[in-house]
Amino acid sequence: MTTRRSIGFSVFRHLVLGSAALLAVLPFVLMISISLKPPAEVFAPEFRLLPQQWHAWENYAEAFARQPLGRFLANGLLVTLSIFTAQALVALPCAYALAKLRWRGREATFVFVLLALLVPPQVPAIPLYIGLWQLGLLDTYAALILPSTISVFGIFLMRQFFRTVPDDLISAARLDGLGEFAIVWRIMLPTALPALIAFGLLSLVWNWNDFFWPLLVIQTETLATPPLGVVFFNNAEAGTNYGPLMAAATVITAPLVIAFLLAQRWFIDGVTMTAVK
Amino acid sequence: MASLHLRGIGKSFGATRVLHDVELEIRDGEFLTLVGPSGCGKTTLLRIIAGLDHADRGSVWIGEQAVDALPPKRRDVAMVFQSYALYPYMTVAQNMALPLVMRRLGTAQRLPLLGRWLPGTAAAQARIAAEVGAVADSLGLGALLQRRPAQLSGGQRQRVALGRAMVRRPQVFLMDEPLSNLDAKLRVDTRAEIAELHRRLKTTFVYVTHDQVEAMTMSDRVALMVEGRIVQLAPPQVIYDDPADLRVAEFIGTPKINTLAASVEPEGLRVGTDRWPVRVRADAGTPVTVAIRPEWWLPHETGIVRPGAACVVRGTVRHLEPLGGETLVHVAPQHEAAAVVARMEPARARALRIGEPVALAAPAARALVFDASGARLACVADPARAAMPAGLEAAGG
Amino acid sequence: MASAAAPAWAARSGGAAAAIGRMEALAGWTLAAPAITLMWLMLLGPAVAVIALSLTDWTFGAPTIAFVGLANYAELAGDRVFWTSLRNTLAYVAFTVPSAVFLGLGLALLVEAGSSLRGLYRTLFFLPVTSTLLAMALVFQFAFHPTAGLVNQTLGALGLPTTDWLKNPDTALYALGTIGIWQAVGLNMVLFMAGLKAIPKDLYEAAAIDGADGAWERFRRVTWPMLGPALVFVVTITAIRSFQVFDTVAVLTDGGPNKATSVLLYQMYQEGFSFLRSAYAAALTCVFLAFVLLLTWLQTRLLDRRAHYG
Repeated sequence: MTTRRSIGFSVFRHLVLGSAALLAVLPFVLMISISLKPPAEVFAPEFRLLPQQWHAWENYAEAFARQPLGRFLANGLLVTLSIFTAQALVALPCAYALAKLRWRGREATFVFVLLALLVPPQVPAIPLYIGLWQLGLLDTYAALILPSTISVFGIFLMRQFFRTVPDDLISAARLDGLGEFAIVWRIMLPTALPALIAFGLLSLVWNWNDFFWPLLVIQTETLATPPLGVVFFNNAEAGTNYGPLMAAATVITAPLVIAFLLAQRWFIDGVTMTAVK
Repeated sequence: MASLHLRGIGKSFGATRVLHDVELEIRDGEFLTLVGPSGCGKTTLLRIIAGLDHADRGSVWIGEQAVDALPPKRRDVAMVFQSYALYPYMTVAQNMALPLVMRRLGTAQRLPLLGRWLPGTAAAQARIAAEVGAVADSLGLGALLQRRPAQLSGGQRQRVALGRAMVRRPQVFLMDEPLSNLDAKLRVDTRAEIAELHRRLKTTFVYVTHDQVEAMTMSDRVALMVEGRIVQLAPPQVIYDDPADLRVAEFIGTPKINTLAASVEPEGLRVGTDRWPVRVRADAGTPVTVAIRPEWWLPHETGIVRPGAACVVRGTVRHLEPLGGETLVHVAPQHEAAAVVARMEPARARALRIGEPVALAAPAARALVFDASGARLACVADPARAAMPAGLEAAGG
Repeated sequence: MASAAAPAWAARSGGAAAAIGRMEALAGWTLAAPAITLMWLMLLGPAVAVIALSLTDWTFGAPTIAFVGLANYAELAGDRVFWTSLRNTLAYVAFTVPSAVFLGLGLALLVEAGSSLRGLYRTLFFLPVTSTLLAMALVFQFAFHPTAGLVNQTLGALGLPTTDWLKNPDTALYALGTIGIWQAVGLNMVLFMAGLKAIPKDLYEAAAIDGADGAWERFRRVTWPMLGPALVFVVTITAIRSFQVFDTVAVLTDGGPNKATSVLLYQMYQEGFSFLRSAYAAALTCVFLAFVLLLTWLQTRLLDRRAHYG
C-alpha cells in the first residue's frame, strides 16, 4: 500500500463525498438564505448566499404574524408525545405477552400483528375518517392521536427484543413477588431501553412529519401540525412571498433537525437497529 | 515446499510492543507450532508471515526470497482461519475453487457473464473442478460439494477450510487455532487428521495454538512464546524434559509442574528444612526455584528412590484424585504455600489418607533449577550419577 | 386424573400447575387486550372495511348504501385518470428506487472506504431524512422556479437546457422524483453502512490470500454477495415509500399539469375527499394495497432464496 495511492484515493473520495454532501445540504442552505432576504433580492438574477440587505427580522416576524407558527410547533409536540406515550403503554405489555407468556391466543395474535404490519397507513384512512365523522370527532386532537395509538411496528420490535431477555430473570422476578404488569415496566423495559428509544425516535419523526392524515381530519388552523401549518401558510400567501415562506419553513424544520444534530447517535443506531429486526 | 526465515521481526500496535526482535528459522517440510498464552504475539507473527500485517522491523524470507514487499496472494502461502472464513454464499466447491480461479483465469475470463464464452475458460474450469474434486475426496467432502457452509457441521466446515488451503499446493500452510471452535472429541480426531495430512503432503506447516496438548502431539518443533519473544524453540520432548525457562516448564505439562522455593548451598539446595542433592553453579545463598514434574514423585518410604539421590518433600495429604489409571495426590508441604501435586499408580497411593503426614521423594536427576529471573541453571554432573541431559537450544536460534 | 397409584402430592401439584397456567393465560390476555382491541379497531377492521366499501356505491353523506359487486373496479379499469395515475406511480417508483438505492450504496462504500470525516458525512447525508418534507418541498419549488431558481440558473450558466420543471408535463414527475431521491439517499446510506460493518473482516483476509485483493474483486467476491439481504431490504422499503408518494404532489403540483403527476394515493385522496366518492376511493385504496403486498411478497421470496447464508 503505497502512500501515493492512498493520497490520490483520499482526494477522490473527499471530492465525490464533498460534492454529494453539498447537494444534500443545499436545500437547507437555500431555505435559510432566502429567509434572510428582502423580496427584491429573492428574485435577483444572480444567486448570492448572504443577503446584501438583511431582511431576516422582517421575514420571520411576518411569518409568525400571518400564521400561528408557534402554535403549529406546539401542536406537533403535543401530538407526537401523546401518540408515543399511548403507543408505549399499549405496545409494551402486548409485546411482553407475545414474547414470554403462554396463552391460547398468542400465535394467532402474532399472525395478526404481522398481517397488520403489511398494511400501509393510508389504507384504513377512509373508514377511520367515516368513523370519526360519525362520532363527531373530526377536527379535534383526538382525531390526530387516536388512530396512531396502536403501533404494530412497535409491538413487533419490542417483542423481538423482549425475546432476548433470559427467562431466568423473569422467574427470579416472579419469585420476588412481582406481578406480570410490574414485570413489564420494571424488568423488560429497562432491558430493552435502546429499542424503545429507537422506536420512540422513529415514531417521533414519522408523526411530526405526517401530512396525509392531518390533511384529512383537520380544518382548523389552531389544531394544525407542522406540515399542515406549512400548507396553510403556503395557501394564505399569494404564492410569491418567498421570504416569509422560507422563514416559516425554517421554523418548522428546525426542531427535528436540531434534535437530530443533538442526538445523532440515537437516531442512526435506532434506524439500523430496527432494520436488523 | 520451502523453508521459512524470520529475521529480527518487531511489531507494535500503537504504544504496545507486541513482538520483540523475533528470530525464527523453520525448516522445509517441518511442522512448527507457535504456542503460548493469549497476547503473546503468536497470531500476529502468523499474520506477518501471511502478509496480512506488516512488521515494523525485520524481514520475512520464504525459501530464498524476501517477501516483505509481496501481497499475501503472491507469497504462495495458504491460511486456515480460526473462524474458517468460508464464503457463506458459495458452495463448498466454489469455496475451494476460488483460489485456483483467481490464479488461473485471467481478468477477462473471470467476468461474471462474458467470461465463460472466452476460449480456454471452459477447459481451465474443468481442470479446476477436477482438482477440487480430488482434494475434496481426500478429505471426505466429496458428497458435500454442492452444500453451503451453513448446512455443514463444525468439523465439516473445518475440513472445507483445510481443503481450500490444500488446493493451492502452497509452499507454507498457516493455521490459526483451527481446532478451537470444535468440541473436545472432534478436536482429538482432527488433531490426528491434521498430523497425518502433514505427513502426506510433506509441506511446511506453521501452526498457532494456545493449547499445549496440540503443540506437544502434532509438532516437529515447538516455539513457545511469551510476551512477544520466543522463549524456547525445540522438539516437544526436549521442551518437556529440558525447558530453558520457568515459564516454559509451567506452560507445558498437565498437571502443572511443581515449583518450590530453594536456596543454593555448597553441595546442593536447601528446600525448606531438607537438603536436596542437586548441584548448580551459583553462589551459596542465591535464591532459586526448583521444579519437578508430577510423575516423578513416589512415597519416600517405598525406598524406590535411592536416599542419596532423593529430593524429599514432607507435608500433609490434602486431596486425593483417583482417576482410575492413576491417582493425583495433592500434598501441602511444610514450608511452601503452594501444593505439590504428584501423579502415581493407584497401588502406590493406596496407603495414603487425607490429613495424614506424607513424605514424597523424586530422583535428583529430574530436578530442574531456575534462577530468580526464570532462566534455567544447568546442574553440575555428579560423577556418581548419570550425566544430566545438557542439550539446550537457546531461544533465538 | 388421579389414579390409585399416583401419590396425593402429584395430584395436588398437577392442579397447581394448571392453576398457574390459567393465571399466566389470563395475564397474557389482559396485557395484550388493549393492543388487540386497538389493532382491530384502527388497522385491521378498517382494512377489511375498505375492501367491503369498495364493493358498494356509497358516496360520503349518502343516506343509502348498496352492494354493487365489482362495479367500481370495472369503472377503474375504464378510467383514463386511473391508468395515468398507475403509470405515473410506477414510473416514479422506477425512477426513484434505483437511483436512491445505488446512490446510497455508492456513498456508503465511499464513506466506509476511508477513515476520515466519516461522522461528518454521515450526519450531512442523513439530515434530509429528518427534515419535514413539506417544508423542503417549498424550497425545491423555489429552486425549480424558471428564472429565479437555482437549478435553472446553474444549468443556464453551464449552457444546458432549462425548462419550468414543475409545470412541464414531461418533467414534473421526475422533478418530484428528485425530491424523493434527495430524502431517501441518506437513509439508504445509513442502512448500507450498517450492512457493510456486519461483514466479517476475515472474509476479506481469506479473499486476499486466495488472490482477490483488488477493489473490484473484493467488491464482487465479498461485499456485494454479503450485502444481499441488506440490498433486498433497502430496495423494498424504498419502493414501498415511493409508492406512498403524496406530500410533494399535494403541495407542489396538485396532480398536474394535466395529471402528469397524478399518483395513486393522490387520486385516492381526490376521489375520496374532494369528490366524496368514498366507495370509488376505497377501490383505489385496494389497488394500492395490492401493489404494496406484491412488493412485500417479492421481498420475502428474494430473502428466502438467500436465507441459507446461516
